Amino acid sequence: MSGITYQRGREPHPKEHRVVFRNVDRVGWDTGIDTFLKEGGYEQLKKALGMERSAIIEEVKKAGLRGRGGAGFPCGVKWTFIPPGNTKPVYLICNADESEPGTFKDRYILHQDPHQLLEGMIIACFAVGAKLAYIYIREEFPEAAQIVEKAIAEAHAKGFLGKDILGSGFDLEIYVHRGAGAYICGEETGLIESLEGKRPYPRIKPPYFPAAMGLYLCPTIVNNVETLCHVKHILEMGGEAWAQTGTKNNTGTRILCVSGDVKKPGYFEVEVGKVTMGEVINDMCGGLKDGRKLKAVIPGGSSAKVLRADETFTVGRGDDARQLTIWDIPMDFDTMAACGSMAGSGGVIVIDDSRSISWVLNNLNNFYAHESCGQCTPCREGSLWMKKITDRVVAGKASPTDIDTLYGVAKNIDGRTICAFGEACSWPTESFVEKFRDELVADTKPELEGALVSAEPLTAAAGLR
Amino acid sequence: MSLDIPSELEAEIDERITHYPVSKRSAVLPVLHHLQHHFGYIGEEAVEWTAAKLGLEPIKVLEVVTFYPGFRQEAPGKYHIRVCRTLSCAMAGSYELMESICEKTGIDRSGVNHHHPIAVSPDGKYSIEFAECLASCGFGPVCMVNDDFHESVADADALLKQYP
Amino acid sequence: MSEPTKTDLVDVQIDGVWHQFPKGTRLIEACRQVGVEVPHYCYHPKLTSPGNCRMCLVETGMPPRPMPGAEPPQPDESGHLPISWIPRPVIACANTVAPNMGVRTTGPITEGCRQGVMELLLANHPLDCPICDQAGECTLQEYSVEHGKGESRFRENKVKKPKNVDVGPRVRLDDERCIMCSRCIRFTDEIADDPVLGFTDRGSHTVLAVYPGRELANNYSLNTVDICPVGALTSNDFRFQMRVWFMRETQTIDTNCATGCNITVFSRQNRIYRIVPRQNNDVNSDWMPDSHRLNFHWIDSEARLTDPMVKVDGVHRPATWNEALSVAAERLASLSGSEIAVIASARMTNEELFMTSRLVKLLGAGHVETVPRQGEADGYLVSADRNPNTNGVRLVLGLENPGSTLDRVKSGIEQGRIKALIVLQENLVEDAGFPPELLGKLDFLLATYPLANPTTGLADIVLPGACWAEKSGTMLNVTGRLQRLNKAVDGPGQTREPWEIVRDLVHALGGGNGIYSVTEVFKQLAAEVPEFKGLSWGQIGDLGLPLIETGETIPALEREKERIAAGIIVG
Repeated sequence: MSGITYQRGREPHPKEHRVVFRNVDRVGWDTGIDTFLKEGGYEQLKKALGMERSAIIEEVKKAGLRGRGGAGFPCGVKWTFIPPGNTKPVYLICNADESEPGTFKDRYILHQDPHQLLEGMIIACFAVGAKLAYIYIREEFPEAAQIVEKAIAEAHAKGFLGKDILGSGFDLEIYVHRGAGAYICGEETGLIESLEGKRPYPRIKPPYFPAAMGLYLCPTIVNNVETLCHVKHILEMGGEAWAQTGTKNNTGTRILCVSGDVKKPGYFEVEVGKVTMGEVINDMCGGLKDGRKLKAVIPGGSSAKVLRADETFTVGRGDDARQLTIWDIPMDFDTMAACGSMAGSGGVIVIDDSRSISWVLNNLNNFYAHESCGQCTPCREGSLWMKKITDRVVAGKASPTDIDTLYGVAKNIDGRTICAFGEACSWPTESFVEKFRDELVADTKPELEGALVSAEPLTAAAGLR
Repeated sequence: MSLDIPSELEAEIDERITHYPVSKRSAVLPVLHHLQHHFGYIGEEAVEWTAAKLGLEPIKVLEVVTFYPGFRQEAPGKYHIRVCRTLSCAMAGSYELMESICEKTGIDRSGVNHHHPIAVSPDGKYSIEFAECLASCGFGPVCMVNDDFHESVADADALLKQYP
Repeated sequence: MSEPTKTDLVDVQIDGVWHQFPKGTRLIEACRQVGVEVPHYCYHPKLTSPGNCRMCLVETGMPPRPMPGAEPPQPDESGHLPISWIPRPVIACANTVAPNMGVRTTGPITEGCRQGVMELLLANHPLDCPICDQAGECTLQEYSVEHGKGESRFRENKVKKPKNVDVGPRVRLDDERCIMCSRCIRFTDEIADDPVLGFTDRGSHTVLAVYPGRELANNYSLNTVDICPVGALTSNDFRFQMRVWFMRETQTIDTNCATGCNITVFSRQNRIYRIVPRQNNDVNSDWMPDSHRLNFHWIDSEARLTDPMVKVDGVHRPATWNEALSVAAERLASLSGSEIAVIASARMTNEELFMTSRLVKLLGAGHVETVPRQGEADGYLVSADRNPNTNGVRLVLGLENPGSTLDRVKSGIEQGRIKALIVLQENLVEDAGFPPELLGKLDFLLATYPLANPTTGLADIVLPGACWAEKSGTMLNVTGRLQRLNKAVDGPGQTREPWEIVRDLVHALGGGNGIYSVTEVFKQLAAEVPEFKGLSWGQIGDLGLPLIETGETIPALEREKERIAAGIIVG
């Protein structure tokens, strides 16, 4: 990135392609609007306000921008789901409830480049006709909430928000809404319920598709922070040019967050599909810790199905079919899905051979048992059950049959819940049992078969290392 | 005991409520945040005050308070520490960090359970709880002390020294 | 609303058979319409559908979507496209029918879901059926038998939750039994407008709760017990009183006000143990007020009259019916008609009123009236008219404005113009403001009533008349709907149904009749009262039928209609 210097030790890796994270860790950069304006800030908003709304949506569609929150749904298509002839108010909500374990990208946008988000968001609001929008920021980002509120006030003062924005006749208010520590608020209908002041119980779909019946039962667009930032860049580059970055159907750049057993974990903005898992782990993150071997990778946030280090993945069809090792997997939506997992929110958790698989799974099961909202039966009852079984596995109080039960419980949740939390909480267990059954069974005791036992409360660091 | 709400606080709350022109009920979370920030936790009076303020049955506010771990129903210490418990931080040593902080502050977590997640030091200065993923997984173990965020916390002593 | 035209109907295959349903029909209702029951807990047609229990998951399919350029699917001989079955099940309660859709309520996917949900619902359930009031009518039990695996793999400690919680004066909660279907919360939020219930805590620890210090005390609180599919909410009144399978069920109507809520009376060995509302979408929907539901314990009261009594030398002595009636006939015969007034009751059935009109005619009685009972309407189901059959009085007894001339009866007695009073099923002293001294002026007072009361205390002849639960007949509710009251239990001792008492009195007075059953009374009534013309007892059915236009509506039903029209509920 010519002309930009980054803080020492936080320089982007040469394989990165920074767009959204251009200003993250940048020397001389601050969150003030003047800094932002000096770099061409809000110019895309000015351009957008002179465009037809449908033309903006068309650019986003041409770009092929897929949602960066986890599901990877095409953003422009989502925007067109607002019923034609709608007469109700339209709302837009920025999902800044970043909570998927392994994911830590929105944090830096919110803390370091709030105006980028605001510009993208105002353009998006203009495109979909929203006059009231909220940024739902997780409670654990108190400073981000202050920074974004200050940015909103600055944008207001400059006429980028409020009545008749830049003389366009377009009115918009954006408010920050702080969450209170619930993973389920990342689910868009749960988020909407939370924003309505209720328990964030996800809604059934049908009939409550947010684009038709969202906030206050009005059409509502919910987009992730990173996704909305891209809207600004799509306008700047043009949809087609933007789509030249990344790969076909997996366009643009996205931020990968790497954590776990690598030498240099961190965040990396890359062209989607242009770097492989091997490059991410070995080049960008400096490889595994000395003397350690890769055991597994959770590639797209903790809900993504685990990949085993020695697996061979077959991707593509017919003549295009090819075999990949874990190192060869390009980091894109479609290949990751073909490998039986998902690119999800871009959170890559690397697990080396020092880790107990039972312990890792139990940690995740603890998370999901804690975060299940409890609204629908399978997840409410199943998530805690899975945690209790793995508590026992870790405590050496389980029998081999318990592993079968564990798997059976996960299967009884998967595909049967109101929201995607069902899959989020069952996929780790399903994939860990499918791929590491031997190791899980090795932590059980055949002599406990049929015995009525229950684990003591999990001791602090049981099984760790 | 009734709630003593300073007029500036109430003015701030009233301003917040205007952010939700369609439904006052939407302001439940922000009102509770303001009250918790002021009082340290959400007691029964705060629930009832919020309900009255927004024209709701108190149970509808309690439903929300008890759902979100971000709302405390018990008084925390002067410095409330939230240690991330989730995978990446656990791999980076957050359970050890928790143990170490507890040891140094004299906090006994044996009474902690689902309904009482917080443990307080005997002198009331520190309180602690495990939190789920604080979204800084690459730089674990991470924790929050009140509203301050700390990453790569290797040394509990160094952390606590900042909060005398 | 017009009949659905052909284009509003869609073809749906349910378990291999094609049917047609109007667009917008929920799958669960479509299945119900063709006799296929889809198990469910949270779904209730009168409440919003949160889809939380997941018990109604079914396998569905749609016509295959060919790849671009591929051959489109061809219809079979019946004109239907093939169905491509979808592996992900959907909830039948909230999804609606679609053209050429397939639904499977059997097969591995649907059955697997049901088994799975049952196992999960029972994982933390206390399984305390032997001490649970719901046993015998618990859908957790029923579905467990029909759709469960019969064994659990759950080996963990169960989640502990509050038990025996007083959530209100009439309702008790066992949180460990609760399956979090939220029906009770939705009822209090959406129907009773008293949103005092809620869920606190979260995940597997979620509990149903009322706010500390508040209570579920509204007059519809017991409906939450009815719609609770498990034993989480139980009625303080019925708790531990009787196993449900030992009881007899009688479909009848409530008589506490002019709404005439449809009810089922549960009894055993002539004792009533509980009353629950019975669905009638033209009267009470699925609900009833607690005040009405619980107003039955007096039926077993010590004060019940059990024998006819004749006052001899100022003292009541038990008599046979023949003795009592012949004394009455003798006394009445000595008076002229204008000296006799008959006070009937708007709590009496049309049949009783019809017999009363015969008596009035036979005696040539100078005055006939009923006692009004006005209260306040509650804006839901309680009518301001606390008499159940005022409209029947108008039609059958021919009173234009029932209860408006009681003062004339009082002054008639005062002035000595009225010398005898026949009081049928009313308590004039306590309910109509007749001072005992006034009644003391009468030469002759005959009173029928289920209970001993100040009026019967003054009467020369006291006759035990059956109460509402001990008799059959018809009544006309506030909207003009004709409904049947069905006898649930026998009255104590020699109690007779009031229509029998009046018939026997007419007989004793020399009036001929050959009536031996209440249906015969109805037949005669239908022959004589124009509005009833051509009606038969059987035609009325369990849900009644609209007979006259009164212009009155039932507020709870009006709101229900709005919610149906808005698509909020199925109805």
